[in-house]
Amino acid sequence: MFTYALYIICLIVAAVSWRKDKVKTKKALIKAWKAFENILPQFLGILILVGILLAVLRPETISALLGRKSGWLGVGIGAILGAVTLIPGFVAFPLAAMLMRGGAGSMQMGAFISTLMMVGVVTMPVEIKYFGRRMTLLRNGLAFVFSFLVAWVIGVVVR
Amino acid sequence: MRAMLKRYQFFLLTLLALAVIFAVNLAMGLKAMSVIGFSFKEMLLVIPPIFILLGFLDVWVPRETMVHFMGEGSGLLGVALAIFLGSAAAGPLYGAFPVAAVFIKKGASFRNVVIFIGAWSTTKIPMLLFEISALGAKFAVTRLIIDIPGIFLIGWALEKLLGQRERERIQKAMEVM
Repeated sequence: MFTYALYIICLIVAAVSWRKDKVKTKKALIKAWKAFENILPQFLGILILVGILLAVLRPETISALLGRKSGWLGVGIGAILGAVTLIPGFVAFPLAAMLMRGGAGSMQMGAFISTLMMVGVVTMPVEIKYFGRRMTLLRNGLAFVFSFLVAWVIGVVVR
Repeated sequence: MRAMLKRYQFFLLTLLALAVIFAVNLAMGLKAMSVIGFSFKEMLLVIPPIFILLGFLDVWVPRETMVHFMGEGSGLLGVALAIFLGSAAAGPLYGAFPVAAVFIKKGASFRNVVIFIGAWSTTKIPMLLFEISALGAKFAVTRLIIDIPGIFLIGWALEKLLGQRERERIQKAMEVM
């Protein structure tokens, strides 16, 4: 849905741009391609790395580690899992829901979802390329710590 | 050729690892392939239009416009724009980095760009609806309510911890991207 909107906007912008200035339009497209090609190698590597990770970690294993009784240890495990995996939201939410039905706790899933969204260990090479090592480590570190607060509040509110 | 090989060495290494998995455990290899296929489709669909739009943004929007709306003196409007743009976006977090790079290059303030990344990572509107349907409104809304101050907190801490010099270095590095 969003993707279609993105393409429509893209086409409209391109058409308007083309009418106004053909040279500038070409320049924009070349810039787009260069920026894309610049990070393509890392992207491809990351995609495969994630595929391998998800194939190696079994759902049953995840469930055992993230149960309601796993407490703060489970929260820590959830946070680390979320940080190192790169699953799109529309896969992660049903997965978390499934795990919760299978006995995982809301606090543990809160940590998992939170770090999944805010922390990206596997995408760090890409982030470092843009922002440098220091900012990348700081941003991910702060987000990781913050996720424990998120987990705690969700654990209190969602029973 | 050599430079190309060096750029793609990480990718080639992961390919090698994948081949090893296939050799050891076929089922596991196939499962990995299906995940890779899925993410690859997502990437091929979402990433190209983002980069094309960025190309147009780079060529058509003058620096002064960006400075005016999201620069140092843009105040609340800049913050609101950063939150809105980040929340309206879709796609994984790595999609935010090239956008953020162009924002910085065009003169958006460091703080607004960090807020933009935070919003992109946690408060995406399309994803929120999906989260509600999967995990329930209580879970999703609670997370949202804590995450919004969290975005500001992390942005503020990042700015303080990085210091002026490093921020300027990052801004300089963006100029050549």
